[in-house]
Amino acid sequence: MSNKKQMAPREPMPKQEVKERVRNFNEVALGYTEDQARREAERCIQCPKPLCIKGCPVDINIPEFIKLIVEGKYTEAANKIKEDDILPCMTGRVCPQEEQCEAQCVLGIKHKPIAIGRLERFAADYEARNSEVETPAVQAKKNKKVAVVGSGPAGLTVAADCARMGYDVKVFEALHKPGGVLAYGIPEFRLPKEIVSREVETLEKMGVELECNVIIGKTITIEQLFEEGFDAIFLGLGAGLPRFLGVEGENLLGIYSANEFLTRINLMKAYKFPEYDTPINIGKKVAVVGGGNVAMDSARSAVRLGAREVHIIYRRSRQEMPARNEEIENAVEEGVILDLLVNPIGFAGDEKGWVKKIQMIKMELGEPDDSGRRRPVPIPGSEFIYDVDTVVVAIGQNANPILLDATPEIKKNKWGYIDAEPETGKTSMKGVFAGGDIVTGEATVIAAMGAGRKAARAIDDYLKTGKW
Amino acid sequence: MYKILKKEKIGPNLNKFVIEAPLVPKNYQPGQFVVLKVDEVGERIPITIAEADKNKGTITVFVQEVGKTTYKLGALKSGDSISDVVGPLGHPAKVDKIGTVVTIGGGVGTAIVYPETKAFKKAGNYVISIIGFRNKEHVILEEEMRKNSDELYIMTDDGSYGKKGFTTNELQELESAGRKMDLVIAIGPAIMMKKISEMTKEYNVKTIVSLNSTMMDATGMCGGCRVEVGGETKFACVDGPEFDGHEVNFDLLIKRLSTYEKQEKEALDSYNRCKLEE
Repeated sequence: MSNKKQMAPREPMPKQEVKERVRNFNEVALGYTEDQARREAERCIQCPKPLCIKGCPVDINIPEFIKLIVEGKYTEAANKIKEDDILPCMTGRVCPQEEQCEAQCVLGIKHKPIAIGRLERFAADYEARNSEVETPAVQAKKNKKVAVVGSGPAGLTVAADCARMGYDVKVFEALHKPGGVLAYGIPEFRLPKEIVSREVETLEKMGVELECNVIIGKTITIEQLFEEGFDAIFLGLGAGLPRFLGVEGENLLGIYSANEFLTRINLMKAYKFPEYDTPINIGKKVAVVGGGNVAMDSARSAVRLGAREVHIIYRRSRQEMPARNEEIENAVEEGVILDLLVNPIGFAGDEKGWVKKIQMIKMELGEPDDSGRRRPVPIPGSEFIYDVDTVVVAIGQNANPILLDATPEIKKNKWGYIDAEPETGKTSMKGVFAGGDIVTGEATVIAAMGAGRKAARAIDDYLKTGKW
Repeated sequence: MYKILKKEKIGPNLNKFVIEAPLVPKNYQPGQFVVLKVDEVGERIPITIAEADKNKGTITVFVQEVGKTTYKLGALKSGDSISDVVGPLGHPAKVDKIGTVVTIGGGVGTAIVYPETKAFKKAGNYVISIIGFRNKEHVILEEEMRKNSDELYIMTDDGSYGKKGFTTNELQELESAGRKMDLVIAIGPAIMMKKISEMTKEYNVKTIVSLNSTMMDATGMCGGCRVEVGGETKFACVDGPEFDGHEVNFDLLIKRLSTYEKQEKEALDSYNRCKLEE
């Protein structure tokens, strides 16, 4: 490979034009063409000791799949990825590659790192578009049953891995559609729902059984699952209890949790009201509180729903925002205004109870806190009033209480999440494993998949040896 | 899909459904609810379970036609199916033997107070029931309530059946007559629960209400159902639906229930127009 090729610029991602995309919910990033993918793939120097793999939570053989793209073997490239990552169409889109594989890429030292995520997406999309997606092979039946609670990224990974190992797997989902956060949380313009259903179909082809409308802890308890003959249970229920600010007036009308706002839009399709029955209220001026990906998703959804002015309210500076840079850039391109170093300290409404004003205070950055980011400190006397019609609170999640209240045998950590061994997902209850946001608190799709992968191995060990 | 085994019109704009939902009755206890979704484009609505049959795998619900979803449901017949039923949700009612329990049902709220009336009676309490309706045509569950109560008072707004007046009037009479009351359970329109709670606060009688706030997932995930109880924010779906009536901020509940008034009207109007065109 010539040196010239590596020095070529990183291929940009083709995107829907801003003025078009703010009026629809279609995917913003359009994906590489074959030419673009090959040009980008040719930049890879095929390191003998690839660091990118170390940056991947599920150890995808990155140089290998990139080589297959260079050779024009796109379907083979997709299958290479799927050896370690069952949801490449999704992770290629939503993984924070800039902090993981791409952050390790040696080309990043002098040039721009290889666009690994975009190549992953290209290969996976190519396979889905151009050939019958290969159903992963399943080993001989082991005649042992695994129950998976929750059909988000952690649950789907455990289901796929356990099915591949020959276990009978049944996935229980509380909502009426599978996918968890992939279905209700991440918007269509970032992750088309068609992809989620396709990945779920692949699982079903592998023999995984899926039942929606079942809330473990209510409809069926953990104990009853064991009585029904399940040999191991994986809990991947997600965090699932929105945090609010705890300030005056936050139950006023027009104040949503990001969960509610996004679920109404993504899962219930409120943007198609009245064709779909679920409504949503969107005022002229929308303020989204928070600086993560969920805040960006909410703000960009508000733009598409026709809000005239959409603001992000964040208490630190742009540098500390936990959202992916790409998402912040997309939001800003779409007209979202970033109001930084400000914090809401109260809400006021009109006589009918609708939110109309936010009382804010200016912040400055102090010493770093536990997260390593500089702590925001209120500036005394800097309070001001901010007009608003709709507020979305996107400041994270606590642990959902349903299953944990019903199952006191499962120990919680000091934050209320499940206390599970990081390497195995083992909980304090025999035969019960856990992973994803219900263990770590709100994190990423790929982190949940990584936890699922480890738990599946531990489940296999446990079911083979019977040792806990 | 979940099959409607039996649909029965039991009053003006009021339907009773027996729905096949085999998993729901398994762990059901009085006071719990389900979330229903009629079809692919439908919204999710919470409906309290009136009866659940473990052997048959069925639940019985009473649904009043008030908006597009409940009209759509009302247009279905025995043998039709709905796309989703999930439950049982919420904390069950706390049923103990405490002495004299007054159960109060307002309108379709009677269908919710009914399973609790039955449970309190079975637990050995002396049960006084007061159920109130607009008029004679709207009266439901009279026999069922009578069978499970030591005393039953039926109220109608216009006096066309039972006594003329509201449930509050009868409660007032019981109090004036010096009747012993250890617990009041009041389930009905928010305004009725508010009035009853105000009265019993004065009487110093513990009162439990069941809050009908707007829900979506009903598993704690969205927070749309939040209510204020004792000055704290609670989620009606996972912390409730039953709360101490003396602690509930009913004015906030009533306001929040109007969140989608405009869209509800729009949806119903367009639904009715479509019906006319058919």
